Amino acid sequence: MTRAGLSALFAHWRRHPLQLAALLLGLALATALWSGVQAINAEARASYDRAAETLGQGALDRLVSDRGLGMAEFTELRRAGYRVTPLVEGRLEVGGRRLSIRGIDPLTAPPGLGTLAIAGDEEALDGLLSEAGLLLVAPETARALSGAEGLPPLRSSANIAQGEAVTDVVTAQRLLGVETLTALVLAPEQPFGLPPLREATEFAYVEGQSGGDLTRLTESFHLNLTAFGLLSFAVGLFIVQSAIGLAFEQRRQTFRTLRALGMPLARLIWLLAGELTGLALVAGTAGIALGYVIAAALLPGVAGTLRGLYGADVSGQLTFDPLWAVSALAIALAGAGLAGAQALWRVARMPLLAPAQPRAWAMASARTLKAQGALAGLLLLTSAGLALFGQGLVLAFACLAALLIGAALALPPLLIAALRALRPLARGPVTEWLLADARQQVPALSLALMALLLALSANIGVGTMVGSFRTTFTGWLDQRLAAELYLTARTPEEAREIRAFAAPQSDAILPIWSVETQIKGQPTQVFGVADHATYRENWPLLSAAPGVWDRLAAGEGLLINEQLWRREGLALGDPIRVTKGLSLPVAGVYSDYGNPAGQLMVGARTLDAAFPGRPRLRFALRLPPEEAPALAREIRDRFGLPAGNLVNQAEVKALSLRVFEQTFLVTGALNALTLGVAGFAILTSLLTLSTLRLPQLAPIWALGVRPQRLGALEVARTLLLAALTWVLAVPVGLALAWVLLAIVNVEAFGWRLPMRLFPADWLWLGLAALGAAALACLWPVIRLTRLPPNRLLRVFANER
Amino acid sequence: MNVKACLAALMLAGPASAQGFAGLGTEARDFAVPDPEAALRFPEDHFPHPDYRIEWWYLTANLEAPDGTRYGVQWTLFRSARSPGTAPGWEAEQLWMGHAALTSAEAHRVDERLGRGGTGQAGVERPFAAYIDDWAFASIAPEGADPFSAARLTARGDDFAYDLALRAEGPLVLQGQEGYSVKSPAGQASYYYSQPFYRVEGALSLPGGEVAVTGRAWLDREWSSQPLSENQTGWDWFSLHFADGAKLMGFGLRERDGGHFTSATWIAPDGRPTHYGDGALRLTPLETAEVAGREVPVRWRLELPARGLEVTTEPLNEQAWMGTLFPYWEGPVTVSGSHAGEGYLEMTGYGAE
Repeated sequence: MTRAGLSALFAHWRRHPLQLAALLLGLALATALWSGVQAINAEARASYDRAAETLGQGALDRLVSDRGLGMAEFTELRRAGYRVTPLVEGRLEVGGRRLSIRGIDPLTAPPGLGTLAIAGDEEALDGLLSEAGLLLVAPETARALSGAEGLPPLRSSANIAQGEAVTDVVTAQRLLGVETLTALVLAPEQPFGLPPLREATEFAYVEGQSGGDLTRLTESFHLNLTAFGLLSFAVGLFIVQSAIGLAFEQRRQTFRTLRALGMPLARLIWLLAGELTGLALVAGTAGIALGYVIAAALLPGVAGTLRGLYGADVSGQLTFDPLWAVSALAIALAGAGLAGAQALWRVARMPLLAPAQPRAWAMASARTLKAQGALAGLLLLTSAGLALFGQGLVLAFACLAALLIGAALALPPLLIAALRALRPLARGPVTEWLLADARQQVPALSLALMALLLALSANIGVGTMVGSFRTTFTGWLDQRLAAELYLTARTPEEAREIRAFAAPQSDAILPIWSVETQIKGQPTQVFGVADHATYRENWPLLSAAPGVWDRLAAGEGLLINEQLWRREGLALGDPIRVTKGLSLPVAGVYSDYGNPAGQLMVGARTLDAAFPGRPRLRFALRLPPEEAPALAREIRDRFGLPAGNLVNQAEVKALSLRVFEQTFLVTGALNALTLGVAGFAILTSLLTLSTLRLPQLAPIWALGVRPQRLGALEVARTLLLAALTWVLAVPVGLALAWVLLAIVNVEAFGWRLPMRLFPADWLWLGLAALGAAALACLWPVIRLTRLPPNRLLRVFANER
Repeated sequence: MNVKACLAALMLAGPASAQGFAGLGTEARDFAVPDPEAALRFPEDHFPHPDYRIEWWYLTANLEAPDGTRYGVQWTLFRSARSPGTAPGWEAEQLWMGHAALTSAEAHRVDERLGRGGTGQAGVERPFAAYIDDWAFASIAPEGADPFSAARLTARGDDFAYDLALRAEGPLVLQGQEGYSVKSPAGQASYYYSQPFYRVEGALSLPGGEVAVTGRAWLDREWSSQPLSENQTGWDWFSLHFADGAKLMGFGLRERDGGHFTSATWIAPDGRPTHYGDGALRLTPLETAEVAGREVPVRWRLELPARGLEVTTEPLNEQAWMGTLFPYWEGPVTVSGSHAGEGYLEMTGYGAE
């Protein structure tokens, strides 16, 4: 019996290979998108852990000094019993790539300062301490640097973040051309019975940042990706749901026959569940492979995004994790179960002797529609409530989810209402039939149309956010990088010499002194700026007290960046304590995109007074832009300045924009994929309907409408529905963009972007949607036009 | 009780790791090699011999608190040269490694320090002071006296510190043939002398407070460029103080083929040494314990028939594991049998299962 049952069930798939393909492909696509995103997230998180280990010195407390620290200070503290270790940091330009150099003393470095890369690798230790030195780098970096000249030998280590090199302190000093140390880093555990170093030293004590910073910062990005993954999975499930629903409807007769032949209901259910599981396993496995391909293709873009936004270095290389594969398979099974549950339940309740006729299975009653509309309204209200009163990133995403699901559920009632509203415009019976027929098709097509709505609004929302970001960001870059050349000298002497050299050829030399300090318990950079038109005319202020630049120059006020302003809820005039002796009111707030941390600006003289003896190494040069390249070349040649120490602002802008272009590469790719999946959903739904709809088309045909005309009407109907869906998607997408810009962005990054609208993009997207819909209905329509007349005639013969 | 483990373990681990820490595995050809004819000279030989690849100042002390609680203290400074001579500054031709331990029946506290020569973080200075960070073995002997005749010994770890005054009650003792100590049948050797006659007074700092202690300490000095042969896997090393004032230094170098190369020095109460070559001393492990995931023999029988010696040793704390860069077992023991006493045991080369 079981065997007969199985062969009966399988026979269906043999006769409907396309349905089988749709089912498998839908489930595989859903699994692929979901698991691909998961793989990317997992890889990025693993990279953070590696970075936290190599960047770990950020988590360790350190001593710094304006006079510079050297070996004598190191030895003095060691001999006093404190566990300190030297650290030399800097950037090096090698073959057009920036390499972050970290010089450590492997003999005294505590765990977390790059020692993991050395542990157990005696050759590495030996090489580090050898005369030639050794650079420990990530395998990707080693490949990128191979052939570069003037570098010590390279050695790969999986425990080093990309773009970083760990080396001995001597080698680092030599490569960077410095004689001092960047800092003395403290081991987390200090020996027993010594007075705290903070009190025992005259050097500035900088507290380490908590190691979770990178993870916290990037969390929003991953939440974003996960949300996209879930969206894709949901869209994929629409396909599966419609394919499974169709298969069950078409097999009603088979089920009845099997039951009539004596197969117990339980066994039938088991067989069907087994069939579903088998299909899910096959599709899930394919989905895993596809997901891996998607992840591997997207990962370099994600790595670029994370590097651009957060400075987090993520390997572009994907590793295969069996646990990931298992969880992806589990989600495929769960998805198939979810999509098939309804169908199984219906089989279980199917009366044995009921006529085994294919019913318009997806046809929903008016009551269902009403309930759906009510639920949609409730969700949209919830979303609005969350937008107004919610706090925190998770609620922001809940608000997004409520908005999208609510909009999707509201789609069918709204479409029906819209088609009803169009009715008075109809001219002639055919158009009227077209509208009525479209209305009647909405419930059956609703899942596919919902998928289309989600894809379109996600596209509009993310596109608006990216566009707003880009427009704001470029304008901001122009303001922020107003000077022509930015220069960092290696020693105070060199700085003096370069200034003397460049002075006759420049209109102005503006100092950019900065110090790291703690403001409100957070590490904050304080910049000292000169009183110059460059700032007065260009600096991007969000809000400012009257005479802000005069107050800054007079040492009567300071500027804070938007992040600090929002995080601390500050207002103009609020006092900020910069040091023990210096407290200034907030005179203005400036936008500071791309920087997660707080920042302050005070007058250059104020900074000097508060932190005397700071090394003055950075400054900006103003000169006619066309003379900038020549002066840059002269300074480079004369002082042998590494390329990274002298930057032409035009190059910086190009670099920043390039980083930015990469930044939303990933969301763009995911957008395209979801649109593709939605198009596929329409295709499967239309295929599902094409046979079911024969009884409705046959009378029209019999009335004299030719198959070609019928086909054209079919296309028109699909395009009409797609166009209406697009019309609804625009406001939903804009709401989505608003939530992203005004809520998610502020929660995740600390800054708010002004929203810009890009109607041309919507238009293009509308065309893309119509194109996808046309493409999706193409095949069903061709099948329809080639239908032999006897198939249509048979509709009348088989009077049901 | 001496030649130390971590470097030894490294050298014994074969060519792969022989490249390793401080480049010890490289051939000795650039380095000086001990000469059996050369006589040791003091105080010069108390100071570093940068032409030799490895060297150590190795102190162990058996201590007792007024309430009878027993403690053991270890202090070691290793020097290892990447190439002969000392370069100034950050350059790392000479590397230094310090090990300190404080053992009681309940706990074995360990700390380890590393540093490069030339920075002033570690080294040996005149008048005599061997130091790394704030750990030091520094002479407090009056001018003209042997610098080792009186010294202060300090170290500080995460959960312990000690500050001990050492006073020698006997002469320096030359091990092996007048200080030339053979380590294998193939003739590998080192220079090796000891000061086993220290009386100790001082204080231990523990999380529970200060503890005044008194007891005995033993200093080993050794330097060489290739003290072990390639087929030796580790060693078991004893330095024992007997109740009658006599002392015994004895070691057995375990060989890959199962053999044991032994050497012993019987030190009379007046400091007169008698050397016993390979085979005179018999070492038998009696019982192993699981220590740091490996089986380590913690009870031993020592037999030196020439002296009528037949004793067993018991550890104060059988978990006296030095979980340092190159791990080994080192801890205080008590001696019973034909002779009673106390001392220290060091065991190297016991790998994880």
